[in-house]
Amino acid sequence: MTVPSAWYLILAAVLFTIGATGLLVRRNVLVMFMCIELMLNAVNLTFVTFARLLNDIGGQSDVFFVLVVAAAEVVVGLAIIVAMFRRRAAATADDIHTLRG
Amino acid sequence: MTAVFGTSLPAALLAAESGGHGGPAWAVYAVGAAMILTGALGVVLLRNPVHCALMLVITLFGVALEFIDESASFLAAVQIIVYAGAVVILFLFVIMFLGVDKPEAVRSEPTRLQRPLAVLLGIGALIEILVLSRVDHWASGTPSQSGVLNGSGTNVQKIGQSIFTGYLLPFEMTAALLLIAVVAAVVLSRRHHPVAGEMSAEQQQAALEESSK
Repeated sequence: MTVPSAWYLILAAVLFTIGATGLLVRRNVLVMFMCIELMLNAVNLTFVTFARLLNDIGGQSDVFFVLVVAAAEVVVGLAIIVAMFRRRAAATADDIHTLRG
Repeated sequence: MTAVFGTSLPAALLAAESGGHGGPAWAVYAVGAAMILTGALGVVLLRNPVHCALMLVITLFGVALEFIDESASFLAAVQIIVYAGAVVILFLFVIMFLGVDKPEAVRSEPTRLQRPLAVLLGIGALIEILVLSRVDHWASGTPSQSGVLNGSGTNVQKIGQSIFTGYLLPFEMTAALLLIAVVAAVVLSRRHHPVAGEMSAEQQQAALEESSK
């Protein structure tokens, strides 16, 4: 007997919720990025669980693509943070209000 | 394992196929879940960004453990190599590079009621996900299958076959995406050095006014 899939799905839902709440609560841009990674990992866990549940390799292939997109996203996002730091030495989301209308 | 002998042969085969003795699978699940939740709460609650990054590593290792528990061995290895090996190192590098490893001033709340509302929204989202997962048939359409998971062959073999046949175009597009990301990172983080003969914005404006006279 393996662990039923529902346990993994509940764990992924909780992980996604923690990540989403963290994204809303934290002000540090770097930590907000880490919360996005948490949410991506929750989705990956769901993909793998449904791959096992439906006996479909497609779910595991999708995780592969999510990993690639996450890596690219982190690279560009951190480059934007570094460029932002060059202009103003601040890493909180509230300091980026120059685009406010 | 004794329970398996009481069931029919296909069920016993299926249990053996998916790697399943009773105890170890649950033990791995429990350890992985504990790591994931500890790390995730650490990322959200700790004030120092360096500590958050280290907590993120714990969560990523926990997810890799769950992947192993679900017989996704290739993805578990990739998870550790890509996330723990590359993404978190990048995070730590940027934190050290920018020197922002100072605790965040959590006391100053810029928007009133923002934190309670965020927590409320998170709990609402969790309840919504759980309720939606209990409601059957809210997805419609014919299920498609890109390949069997429990067939013969290793996990790596099957993922490779799936990616290089059915998902070939997306795979090629990820190559383009990674190239774009590399170029974007270089362009964004590059310091601007004016080349010889290049004018600044003010100089260009002055030259424009000069020529329009």
